[in-house]
Amino acid sequence: MGAGTALNELPGTPRGNARQDLLLVADLVDHNSRVLDLGCGDGALLRLLADTRGVDARGLELSQRGVNDCVAKGLSVIQGDADTDLADYPDDAFDYVILSQTLQATRNPRTVLEQMLRIGRRAIVSFPNFAHWTIRLEIALRGRMPVNETMPFAWYETPNIHFCTISDFLLLVGRIDAKLERAIVLDRVGAPMRNGTPAWVWNIWGEQAVFMLRR
Amino acid sequence: MGLQAILNAHSREADAPTSLVVTFPTDQPLHMDAGGVLAPLTVAYQTYGTLDAARSNAILVCHALTGDQHLANIHPVTGKPGWWSAMVGPGKPIDTDRFFVICSNVVGGCLGTTGPASLNPATGRAYGLDLPMVTIRDMVRAQAMLVDHLGIDQLFCVAGGSMGGMQVLQWAALFPTRVFAAMPIATAARHSSQNIAFHEVGRQAIMADPEWRRGRYLDEGSRPEKGLSVARMAAHITYLSDQALHAKFGRKLQDRVAPTFSFDADFQIESYLRYQGRSFVERFDANSYLYMTRAMDYFDLAADYGGSLASAFKDSRTRFCVASFTSDWLFPTTASRALVHALNAGGASVSFVEIETDKGHDAFLLDLPELIATSRGFIDAAARARGLA
Repeated sequence: MGAGTALNELPGTPRGNARQDLLLVADLVDHNSRVLDLGCGDGALLRLLADTRGVDARGLELSQRGVNDCVAKGLSVIQGDADTDLADYPDDAFDYVILSQTLQATRNPRTVLEQMLRIGRRAIVSFPNFAHWTIRLEIALRGRMPVNETMPFAWYETPNIHFCTISDFLLLVGRIDAKLERAIVLDRVGAPMRNGTPAWVWNIWGEQAVFMLRR
Repeated sequence: MGLQAILNAHSREADAPTSLVVTFPTDQPLHMDAGGVLAPLTVAYQTYGTLDAARSNAILVCHALTGDQHLANIHPVTGKPGWWSAMVGPGKPIDTDRFFVICSNVVGGCLGTTGPASLNPATGRAYGLDLPMVTIRDMVRAQAMLVDHLGIDQLFCVAGGSMGGMQVLQWAALFPTRVFAAMPIATAARHSSQNIAFHEVGRQAIMADPEWRRGRYLDEGSRPEKGLSVARMAAHITYLSDQALHAKFGRKLQDRVAPTFSFDADFQIESYLRYQGRSFVERFDANSYLYMTRAMDYFDLAADYGGSLASAFKDSRTRFCVASFTSDWLFPTTASRALVHALNAGGASVSFVEIETDKGHDAFLLDLPELIATSRGFIDAAARARGLA
């Protein structure tokens, strides 16, 4: 997926150190499982999963450059589009299907999520919360679309066409009859918020969310 | 080279090749898809590198329509470097310091493996059109006999481009447990209507040449040079891209400042194609060209598995790396993508890269940095997984 790549390719984004959400996502994955990473970019998460958890890791990536980089590194990655190509995979092909920082760049987030839950026993989705208080302030006080570290593009050039809030996402989870199995919400300094925090609090104070879903 | 010299060079390579050779006796026949058997069957092949003690480091390379077993050595007829010297050799992605590399001339070929130019023991003359029709699967079965003969159970990798890629796919479908990794490049799981059409033009050119003599030209000391040359010219256009032709030749004139208003080769592209046609007939047998193009035409892997390509690779444990080229209109990216979809649907491990180049179909033969990097990454990772690091 384009957005994953775009984020990874931003100047100044550290490539050597795994992004924090990648570490969190990797932590949710069982050892020696089968994983498909949608929008795998330069393959940082795949590498992390293969190296630290013995995972059979596959990737799908929209940008040909990202794919070629991955394959040259020995990763099992194909060029493709999560919006259209997931239909080709059989049911239950993977233990986990991961969509890291890419949901907001898909054309049909709902369909993508449904497909993820069809081809994987678990779906792991991470995304920036568009209702974080800093964004609310930006819109309320400055009247401008936010541009910050997690949302680095101006409105006219962003690949992120479907931003959502944590509350929006949880509504969609209910609507497609998926079960929320794990939730990790990070505050502004990247610390996980306490389990049992009400969702409306997440929705104000949480900057990043990582959710694991099942059918 | 004069006609007689060509004939001599040819009959030498067809019947006494500058290669390793194994002849399977009549009690080990090759059963052909079209019916009938080839017995005895001779397979001419080259090897590079050393087979390890566990016999686990063998890579089989499958050659394309006009290729042969001389993949990484000086060619005995043309004196030119092997056709995949960019990919195979010491320190290359298919590293002959680490792997035992095998390449055999396909059944129906003309460089020593049994083909239409080989002597038919039943008649004492060249087979000509008495050779049963050859399929890609026949080629692969003959390779499997060679691999058995070499005492190798599982190939670490099977790799090839174009018609070679078809053989790679056939290997993976026919012998899934014998192929640890597969690299089908610039290929397709079936030959398209357009591709069959181009092949038919080539075959008609050969058969329209009076020197073809209904396929018996070798008996009569003749050769359909004109027809084979035209077939090669037409095919060669399909191996290149419009951009590449434009960049290389444009409308430039050949050794003249103005058009001659004649049917001479005024344009450089004409002169180039005529040269390609002429040099091809020095090293290739016209009947082989008929047989091998036909084998490609008949190739439709899904058809052998109830119309479902995914079924051909169901539960495959082989690791695949599929590669295509942006300017290849003969085996376009869409064909590779269809293959990748089927492999995914079958649950196979697959990587897929489309490489940007203006070099057309022939790009798979060239020293393209992205192709080399992709192949190296894939093979090295597969070698680690196979414990060959």
